[in-house]
Amino acid sequence: MEQGVLQDSDIEILLNDLCEVYGYDFTDYSKASIKRRINRLFTIDRFLSFAEFRYRLRFDPDYLKRFVEQITVTVTEMFRDPLFYRALREHILPVLGTYPFIRIWHAGCSTGEEVYSMAILLKEANLLHKSLLYATDINAEVLEKARKGIFPLSQMKQYSENYILSGGKKDFSSYYTASYDKVKLDESLSKKMIFSSHNLVSDHSFNEFQLILCRNVLIYFDKDLQSRVFDLFENSLENLGYLALGSKETLRFSNISQRFKQIDKEKIWRKIA
Amino acid sequence: MEKNSIGRSVGLVVIGGSAGSLDVVLQMLPFLNGGLRFPLIIVLHRKISFDSALTDLFAGKTALIVKEAEEKEELKPGIIYIAPADYHLLVEANHTLSIDYSEKIHYSRPSIDVTFETAADAFGKAAVGILLSGANADGSEGLKVIRSLGGITVVQNPVTAEIPYMPQQALGALAVDYVLDSHQIAGFINKLSDDTAAYSE
Repeated sequence: MEQGVLQDSDIEILLNDLCEVYGYDFTDYSKASIKRRINRLFTIDRFLSFAEFRYRLRFDPDYLKRFVEQITVTVTEMFRDPLFYRALREHILPVLGTYPFIRIWHAGCSTGEEVYSMAILLKEANLLHKSLLYATDINAEVLEKARKGIFPLSQMKQYSENYILSGGKKDFSSYYTASYDKVKLDESLSKKMIFSSHNLVSDHSFNEFQLILCRNVLIYFDKDLQSRVFDLFENSLENLGYLALGSKETLRFSNISQRFKQIDKEKIWRKIA
Repeated sequence: MEKNSIGRSVGLVVIGGSAGSLDVVLQMLPFLNGGLRFPLIIVLHRKISFDSALTDLFAGKTALIVKEAEEKEELKPGIIYIAPADYHLLVEANHTLSIDYSEKIHYSRPSIDVTFETAADAFGKAAVGILLSGANADGSEGLKVIRSLGGITVVQNPVTAEIPYMPQQALGALAVDYVLDSHQIAGFINKLSDDTAAYSE
């Protein structure tokens, strides 16, 4: 990356603009990461001055779309942290299987790789037919990709390894059809998925779930925003429901930790009161 | 070392390394003084599976506290923070740490550039970047930013590096302040700490 062209004060002005003009509130995001990404975009798109950048952002809604796409991190993979998925397989799904109907929320699902991973777990546990997977993200572009379920063929070797480490017994390639350098995941998996735009910063709870997954999203938020999102999750979980976070995220220091119990070593907590 | 005194107070030292750098760090750790006057961050490229072992391995070699960096953690002097595998580690302006899972840079996550750049941003001329052995070009951009904001840049002498490519890239990209043999690095860091004590009084 080029050396930071924009100053902290510029970033603050941009984030305030976004909030004021479009209602996108990034002001409680961790600063260093968002600053790096904004600077990167400024360089890639060859703006000559901060004023030009700011003007474009304020008055060109199409550019706003690109901005949101570029500054939100959308990197993800299937069966990311395979041992986490093994824990879901072995400890969580058998419990969820006792419910007549299973509702799962993937908050900040990005391009959907983890949603498809979950659908594969449910299918192998013979639970997919009675499940609904709600997949939400702030970024409309990535949701469109998630909905299509088309991913690069080049990733499949890694995903297949992750799948096997997660306890998968099948031939991973039986879940997709390859064509040239892309694969399309089986449509029986996406049939039970509902994709929708949802902003964790500003939008409210929209259902009650038995399992919420929000992996590697909270790392981008500051402490206050993290705590607001934890409240949202608590309000959106049934009693005895599960909350799953990324490998470096924790409920331990949160305002809701008293009412949750960590399951084993994995980053999965159960709502107990 | 050309100069006897660095002549300033240091706020943060970041060490970055890739292939061939683990031994350099392991050699260095036993010689670091207890009670360093600043935090030390170590960013190493490595396989994910090696993660928790690395912190334990380092902790066994030094009296300083060694821990894996956690998100939103506040930097404290005398502690060695290890960048977690598969995340970038960023230094915030309020001297806390944050992590991020954005694209790999130079095929690497954690990326040395990311930590160097954000450390420079947060600490200005009180930032020090030390780049060790490695087989790719990570770290050079970050050192440039540290230098441009007035911090101190250090590169392992390529002659003493198991894989000289990474330090060579940096030497080709900018005029670094110090080129040190691998056995000189611990002494240099101790010196920075002594000077920090002297200049912050």
